[in-house]
Amino acid sequence: MSRRKTERLLSLVVCLLSARRYLTASQIREAVPGYPDSFEAFKRMFERDKDELRELGIPLETGTNAAGEEEAGYRISRQAYELPDIRLEPDEVAVLGLAARVWRRAELAGAAEGALLKLRAAGIDAEDLSQPGIEPRVQTPEAAFGPLWEAVRDRRPVAFGYRGAGRSTAQRRNLQPWGVVNRRGRWYVVGQDTDRGAERVFRLSRIDGAVSFTGPAGTVSVPPGTDVRAAVRDWDSEPSAPHSCQLRVRSGAGYGLRRHALRSEPADVPGWDLVELTYSDTAWWSEHVASFGADVIVVEPTDLRDAVIGRLKGVLA
Amino acid sequence: MTADAPAQSGAAKASTAKASIGTTSAAKSSPAKSGAGKSGAGKGSTAKAATATATERLQRLLALVPYVVSRNVVGMAETAAAFGITERELVDDLNMLWCVELRSPDPYCPIDLSYEGGEIVVSEAEAIDRPLRLGVDEACALLIALRMLAELPTIGAGSALSRTIAKLEQAAGAAAGPSAQVAVQLDEVPAESAAAHVADALTRGKRLHISYYVPGRDEATERDVDPMRLLMVEGHSYLEGWCRRAEDVRLFRLDRILAIEVLDVAKEVPADAEQVDVDHGLFRPSPQDVHVVFELAAAGRWVAEYYPTEQVTELADGRLRVRLRTPDTQWVRRLALRLGEDGRLISPPELAEQVVADATSALGHYA
Repeated sequence: MSRRKTERLLSLVVCLLSARRYLTASQIREAVPGYPDSFEAFKRMFERDKDELRELGIPLETGTNAAGEEEAGYRISRQAYELPDIRLEPDEVAVLGLAARVWRRAELAGAAEGALLKLRAAGIDAEDLSQPGIEPRVQTPEAAFGPLWEAVRDRRPVAFGYRGAGRSTAQRRNLQPWGVVNRRGRWYVVGQDTDRGAERVFRLSRIDGAVSFTGPAGTVSVPPGTDVRAAVRDWDSEPSAPHSCQLRVRSGAGYGLRRHALRSEPADVPGWDLVELTYSDTAWWSEHVASFGADVIVVEPTDLRDAVIGRLKGVLA
Repeated sequence: MTADAPAQSGAAKASTAKASIGTTSAAKSSPAKSGAGKSGAGKGSTAKAATATATERLQRLLALVPYVVSRNVVGMAETAAAFGITERELVDDLNMLWCVELRSPDPYCPIDLSYEGGEIVVSEAEAIDRPLRLGVDEACALLIALRMLAELPTIGAGSALSRTIAKLEQAAGAAAGPSAQVAVQLDEVPAESAAAHVADALTRGKRLHISYYVPGRDEATERDVDPMRLLMVEGHSYLEGWCRRAEDVRLFRLDRILAIEVLDVAKEVPADAEQVDVDHGLFRPSPQDVHVVFELAAAGRWVAEYYPTEQVTELADGRLRVRLRTPDTQWVRRLALRLGEDGRLISPPELAEQVVADATSALGHYA
């Protein structure tokens, strides 16, 4: 079955590419072997074939050869079909090979492979590596990536359940997606939240359940000048560090703090150092300091000191 | 904020061999044809046309002709390898192409080719001698990846990348459009110089000496590492190498390398050292792992998102019970201290007691 179908589709593509004029359905049926005898059955099969070719990205055009002709015909314009001439220098071929491997086993791996296949078919051998041993990867473990990429690509609105940070229940959100961005290994979607009437960023790992399309393709317009990367960066970035603190850190410990220290000097107590650091959020910083246990003591400020004591008492509560 | 992820020995092999390439004799079992009497060729071939669907195979056939045409003449084995198929499957593909016959107005065969002596030549290809244009997904997959690479100074290919991006955008036309709406930003690596040293050591095959910060244990360690790969995965850059201290393959996150030096010693990676299979996550379970259970308040739910969990159970009031496994109990103690009242270590009990002792001892400083 599948073999005969491949043969038929192949003949159809060759036939339509070679045709200099639009061919009517009847002319196609005469020229291409493999269609059933009954005209109705042929029509149904031909419709499916057309859909499948278009899904592969084959530009099947409909039109008439002369004004006033009644029946529309079909053809594939060679210019629209063919990959334009592309020539790459050896160093360009090398980075292309590296790029194609970025997705491997992730969502767009098949697409990258397909692209490479076509480029190989154009005479480009993208196999060799620029620098052996360098392997950049992108991963898409979030199930929502596939549908959201499609939504962004096709400009379709979506809806999904979303569990915000620290929330135990998911809320339904409606979004006109503008873009998907990976930052520090996590995927985010940016767009217009139509319930809130404002731009929002959502983390894909917090999407609960399936993403559904809530409108047809082409109905989302991205506002001109939208920078999806900047939107995620602003959402994700910590504010600049406005507070400063003094910590007593046990010698030989607290490397996680010492690496970012502004200053470090031996404390007046032997076996300890006095370390000065800046931080932005007292709650978060107190958790971080508490995680060092008895190796780090807050000298000042008082609010940080109290917050750390509160954390530690929470362990005992 | 991800868990420290040492590579354990016994990790699954990173890549498996590609589909095997058939023997060269396979090509001779089919008739190498001349001009006339096409109807018989390819029939009765039992080569399983694999699991490829009709349209997947069509894509391959449409790429196969220009692949050969652009190279004038090309070997069977090389071609089969390029398409990831066996030579038997390739012969079946070539026969199918050769058999295409259009009937109107007069019957004719638009494609003529031969594969005698293990070499393919296409002498007539009608309209399919150029590959199909790139689809949107295809163009975008490559462009997104290329733009991501362009941000990595380590690759040291800035100009090649921008030239390739421009050429690909040109060739893809409108299909390139949506790629502007997807971006991958890697860590803003403060340790660019570390990456440069790793790349240098890889290129010249040298050993590295690093001072490495292990956050779980809050210690700095000195190690000699024979580099295997520079990996960029899950948003961070890692040196993968044979750690001479651990005598095993380890991953080192570049932003935790405190100091790095390329030694004037040739690297010696044991032949049986296996690359980490990063496609299945960086965390490698090991039989020595400890199983730990936390009960988290709503404010501590982030733990389930940040660390690989074995089991997550919803409790009342937005609370969560999570089970994790880790080789590093020191890391667990630090996590429990960080969580405070937002999470309670339930199991193992002796570790929970240890956490209570840690907190008590820390509070002693403030008494």
